[in-house]
Amino acid sequence: MSEKKLMSGSHVIAEAAVRAGCRFYAGYPITPQNELTEYSAAAMVRTPGGTFIQAESEIAAINMVIGASMAGARAMTSSSSPGISLKQEGISFAAAMELPLLVVNTMRGGPGLGNIAPAQGDYFQATRGGGHGDYRTIVIGPASGQELADLTRKAFDYADHYLTPVMIIGDGMIGQMMEPVEFPDPIDIKKLPTKPWILDGAKGRPSRLIRSLILDIALEEAHNWKLVKKYETISREITSWEEYQTDDARLVVVAYGTAARIAKGAVRKARERGMKVGLIRPITLWPFPSRVLHEMTGRIKEFLVFEMSTGQMLEDVRLAIEGRANVHFYGRPGGVISTPEEIAGEIQGLYQSRQLDGE
Amino acid sequence: MAKKVFTKPKYLKDAVFHYCPGCGHSIIHRLLAEIFEELDIRDRVICVPPAGCAVLAYNYLDVDMGEAPHGRGPALATGIKRVLPDRIVFSYQGDGDIAAIGTAETIHAANRGENITVIFVNNGVYGMTGGQMAPTTITGQSSTTTPGGRNVQRDGSPLDLSQMLAITNGTKYIERTAVNSPKRIKDTKKAITKAFRVQMEGLGFSLIEILSPCPTNWKMTPVEALKWVENDMTKFFPIKVIKDEVGKI
Amino acid sequence: MIKKTVFSGFGGQGVLMMGYVLAVSAMKDGRHVTYLPTYGAEVRGGTANCTVVVSDEEIFSPVASTLDYAVLMNKPSLVKYEPLMSEGGLIIINSSLVSDSPSRKDVGFVRIPANDIARELGSDRTINMIMLGALVAKTGITTQDSIMNGLSEIVKAKKASLMELNRKGLQKGAEYALKF
Repeated sequence: MSEKKLMSGSHVIAEAAVRAGCRFYAGYPITPQNELTEYSAAAMVRTPGGTFIQAESEIAAINMVIGASMAGARAMTSSSSPGISLKQEGISFAAAMELPLLVVNTMRGGPGLGNIAPAQGDYFQATRGGGHGDYRTIVIGPASGQELADLTRKAFDYADHYLTPVMIIGDGMIGQMMEPVEFPDPIDIKKLPTKPWILDGAKGRPSRLIRSLILDIALEEAHNWKLVKKYETISREITSWEEYQTDDARLVVVAYGTAARIAKGAVRKARERGMKVGLIRPITLWPFPSRVLHEMTGRIKEFLVFEMSTGQMLEDVRLAIEGRANVHFYGRPGGVISTPEEIAGEIQGLYQSRQLDGE
Repeated sequence: MAKKVFTKPKYLKDAVFHYCPGCGHSIIHRLLAEIFEELDIRDRVICVPPAGCAVLAYNYLDVDMGEAPHGRGPALATGIKRVLPDRIVFSYQGDGDIAAIGTAETIHAANRGENITVIFVNNGVYGMTGGQMAPTTITGQSSTTTPGGRNVQRDGSPLDLSQMLAITNGTKYIERTAVNSPKRIKDTKKAITKAFRVQMEGLGFSLIEILSPCPTNWKMTPVEALKWVENDMTKFFPIKVIKDEVGKI
Repeated sequence: MIKKTVFSGFGGQGVLMMGYVLAVSAMKDGRHVTYLPTYGAEVRGGTANCTVVVSDEEIFSPVASTLDYAVLMNKPSLVKYEPLMSEGGLIIINSSLVSDSPSRKDVGFVRIPANDIARELGSDRTINMIMLGALVAKTGITTQDSIMNGLSEIVKAKKASLMELNRKGLQKGAEYALKF
């Protein structure tokens, strides 16, 4: 581990990526994540074997990354909401072709051009696949600089291990905020497992094909089910979340990323006021930590979902809880950053109206 | 013992072409397979096939292949080539792929001077989707979306992409050929060979545009289609070296 | 202990750097810190500000809905941040640039003629150090030594003369603030 450095989230991702063996970055300018692109430009220049390309479009960027992945490199691109929409075609192809790559979405207010303030309106797009067809991507929602450093490395490991695109979603606050970070030591890319599927010229072996066109419907169906099997394995193996003061909780707040930090502050305030409140913070958004929520319904009957959107993760919480408890929602879309006081107020209102303060 | 005068090239797979009778793709595939063998580069070649009829090129060409989304071939090839600069990377693209939906990727890969080769098969229609107007459909040519013929007022003029690319600094060798006669087929093979050599020498972006018959969508017999290439297409897309900053190689 | 400080002024006055120096210094003290700048279109316009949170425990929100301290370099910043000050908070104003005073009586207030002091020291580059020196002296949020320690990490070319100038700036700001 290195000593602590004060760095912005966008820089942390770019630095962590290079340390994770990423040697290819292609991207297109869009606020509020240009710092990630700029840092990558400098980092790739000083890294032997590194390539940085400022692409002519978001679409070109994701396809360059697809090419780099086919050629065996750890590769990534990043953008913000409207740019991620443009990349979705490529993400669908990468999922179909089972190519490992990393996409970072620094979400902004939307829909449309929206604004550049922190928001969480791309949850559906990220966790439901986002592009066309029947697929999922692994989606990770870090909430701190240190998590960005640790999870960026994990993202590349997951991508290589499961042969699938991985998306990290944050927002302008996660991206711009500076926090102390300790980076893991850089990996030696020569020690990464070999990839027996890459395209590097058919020297001494039969030629290889990486494709997504499968005209035979029986084969395409089989391919779809093969992907599903993989997604089931991923769900079993990597689902992660943070629990905060849930042991004796009568009300549990569910929030991720920036919203979870605010919610955690609110939970602490509520605790100070004597309310038994906890927090579940999903770290992987797909796969979603459904089981922990489901199992909690045995003792917790009130959940409050807080998102910087009009209610997207809310649906996953409802699916997890299956009507066994009440699910309430509080949302601030459009780039509004709530205060812990505001959420604490919501908690208090709910706590009282549901009469949770009795014995 | 009789002398063998004709055989299947070594790097063409044992598969029956799905292409229509008289289609130019099968000829171009054969030329590529011959060139892989003659330049002894099969072990170093990576092909990026397009969306379109030639998406199935992987059934025929015995080299590594990575399929690109429609129009994105040059961007994807860029990614491969930058990671593996000593491999020979080429995209194989149709007119709609390269000059309509993928215009941006094409121009910018060319302008960056990516050291890749593009095989641009121009048959003036969207073949796989059933014969709609392509950016290169010539004025007056009928297609399923230009009933009565391409009308410049309504549909714009045919786009000469190769000429456009020639003005960018990154392009080193651009030639337009055709596969409508034995002589032109031989010239096409020479041009593709040279384009690969340009890449092998690390000189920059090379592109061969090949005028290719599509009798099915043109609603012609194969023989009529060959003549139509010669007499009609070349009026808009003359056969010539469009740019050569390389010379003899 | 958790303290939220805003640094605010016009772009180009170095308010982001002041916040950054405080954040790095507090980090090197082993404290939890967050530094949140304004970003995007706003940065390229007129105002710039950043919020630094320094805490002994995990920091949840890096945004300050209420502020403990404000270091202000122009009048719009005073208008914007005075209402957000917590009771007993402290506003430090560069009085060489802003003649106004806060109207709230429940908030401490220090005027530092930082530009004038800097001129006496012979370098405008010390303005921000003077303001930081005042903040540190009045609040104890960190120490002058910590700030120097933070600076030594931030300033790549550690020219002794420049570091000495920074130290003098901090010292002058502190002296002035304590007399105020």
